[in-house]
Amino acid sequence: MKQKTIIPVGPYHPLQEEPELFKLFCDGEIVTDIEWETGYNHRGIEKINESKTFEQVFFVVERICGICSTSHPFAFANAMEEIAQVKVPDRAKYIRTIIAELERIHSHLLWVGLAGHFIGYNTVFMWAWKYREPILDLFEIITGNRNSYAMFKIGGVRRDIDEKDYSKILKILDGVKPKAEMLMKAVIDDPVIHMRTKGIGILTKQDILDYCAVGPTARASGVDVDIRRDDPYAAYPLVNWKVIVTQEGDVFAKAVVRFLEIFESISIIEQCVEKLRKDPPGQIDVKVKNIPEGNGAGRAEAPRGEVFHYVITDGSNSPVRHKIRAPSYVNVATFKKSCVGQTISDATLALAAVDPCYCCTERMAHVYDSRTRQRVLDGRGLIQLSQQRTQTLKKNLFGKNT
Amino acid sequence: MAGHIFYFLIFPGLLFAGVGGGLLSWFDRKITARVQFRVGPPLLQPFYDFVKLMAKETIIPSNAAKTVFLLAPILAVAGACLSSVFILLPGFGISSGFRGDLVVVFYLLMVPSLAYIIGALASGNPIANLGASREMKLIIGYELSLLLVLAAIILKAGNTISLNEIIAVQQQQGAFIGSISGMLLFIVSMMCVQAKLAFVPFDIADAETEIAGGIFLEFSGFTLAMVKLAKYIMLLVLPSFVVVILLGGFRFEGIHILWSVLKLLGVVLLITLVRNTNPRLTIGQSMRFFFIWMNLFAIIAIVLAYFGY
Repeated sequence: MKQKTIIPVGPYHPLQEEPELFKLFCDGEIVTDIEWETGYNHRGIEKINESKTFEQVFFVVERICGICSTSHPFAFANAMEEIAQVKVPDRAKYIRTIIAELERIHSHLLWVGLAGHFIGYNTVFMWAWKYREPILDLFEIITGNRNSYAMFKIGGVRRDIDEKDYSKILKILDGVKPKAEMLMKAVIDDPVIHMRTKGIGILTKQDILDYCAVGPTARASGVDVDIRRDDPYAAYPLVNWKVIVTQEGDVFAKAVVRFLEIFESISIIEQCVEKLRKDPPGQIDVKVKNIPEGNGAGRAEAPRGEVFHYVITDGSNSPVRHKIRAPSYVNVATFKKSCVGQTISDATLALAAVDPCYCCTERMAHVYDSRTRQRVLDGRGLIQLSQQRTQTLKKNLFGKNT
Repeated sequence: MAGHIFYFLIFPGLLFAGVGGGLLSWFDRKITARVQFRVGPPLLQPFYDFVKLMAKETIIPSNAAKTVFLLAPILAVAGACLSSVFILLPGFGISSGFRGDLVVVFYLLMVPSLAYIIGALASGNPIANLGASREMKLIIGYELSLLLVLAAIILKAGNTISLNEIIAVQQQQGAFIGSISGMLLFIVSMMCVQAKLAFVPFDIADAETEIAGGIFLEFSGFTLAMVKLAKYIMLLVLPSFVVVILLGGFRFEGIHILWSVLKLLGVVLLITLVRNTNPRLTIGQSMRFFFIWMNLFAIIAIVLAYFGY
């Protein structure tokens, strides 16, 4: 076999700030194969949650990811409310939607900036992050935090939006809109950016379906999926908005989808604020006394795609099993299609284009003994371990009935 | 002999070009920062960087060719100093009596890039090797354009290859940029300078987010300080070269001093703005850019210059 160079992207690499490893097998400048490894930052969140009460779990899942820190609590709340059969008051639904959409705006602006940085366009990087700043200020006004907002609880939200804050929200959004438009024009009309992004890292509709990719990655390839519409939750069925879909599937299309989604999000928030303004201040949560035995699945559309939480409860105050699937977990696998055959310059851009979030995705693959360097557990062993555990759980939970 | 050593080490060589280049590097960084809504570094930051790097440990990769790896950055500095002597001496109106300096300068300007390539290949790092191969391709791309620019300059200056005479012709007849061919040549030479300085959109060989520093990846401590110094010097030398061949050179009497400094700063400002308003190209795109467009521009300029426009 012809010898190939391995160009490592990671575990520490200026391309992406999180620890992850992509092995690009290169023949000259052309990437012929790619392998990826995560697991450098595995924190065992699912296991931790089994020892926390439901109220505490919200704070843990919020810290899965710093950027989409509302999507995980949102999905978890959806799962818990399915188990407890709780009906959330409308006011709480609107507040939840506002938080989630603000998060989408700041996350997409962050991606635009990073994408600019990845192609060496640091001016876009700095400008996008500057225009993202008012959104973070807005978060501070509404929730008290710039990040990790601690707004969610079972049955509602923790804080109400003050009546005098409505105008502030609308004012800041009005300020963000022209700036986002300016940024979009600067990026979308730049011929040099066209050269770098059009036709790069193309994912066809079939690739998306094969790899089950989600979120803007899928929507940029003409796959019309959006959990907000397909599995309605919170206030999304109560406001007017549309799902942005483009057909090309390249990096440029992904940028266009994200830009247009920013404007959709602004429109959703404006409608929610109008509805809040019309309704008199009322309940923002319902009291949930206890969580019955059962299981529930919650989904939420994070800025990167579908977040899925599955919870099994046994009537106590903590989950028996909590399964989390973050969108990057499925999106990262598409690199096999988008990067192979590209040059290294284009492959690194294609890596960044799905807006991967590795700390959401962390999976442990191997366990080594630090002294003897012997492998204690590998992927298969861990899966066996997990299957045994699931079987024991099943026996304990449902054994009496079956 | 002593005079030559003075030229090389003090003025306009190592010391002068190093300090001047450092200040220009600050100018570049400050403008970049202001464009990006940042505050930017203090005036002496480039020198702090240099001194700090000198004090740091120099790590030599275990599979590197040690001597070559350590000598390559020094070669880069030496080449940059020599080219600064050959460009700035005529620029300051000091005649060295040597009449073929345009050709020598053309070769000397290539030395730092070649030295980086040698250092990168000697480091034994696959990513640095990749960066070196990219730099080689880039050199192949822009050198022909630069050569065509120089050919047009020679034609315009009346078949002379002496920088002193080129400046003298411009000071009598007005700077070459005043003509149509001169403007075309200015565009082409600015692009070549951008590529030689390894600034966006041509920072392909050290693309940080792709190959993590590429050709400069394994340099650290003393060697990295030398690379930085060579880059500072080149940031003074290359814009000066453009000023000398196209903008009428420098003059040091009365108001002309201010005018000369403004010309230099103007060229650096242009380079900075180009680097802040463009994304990085891929190596294929940049080679196509030079081979097709820049060479075409340069050839048109030669034809125009031949007919006296």
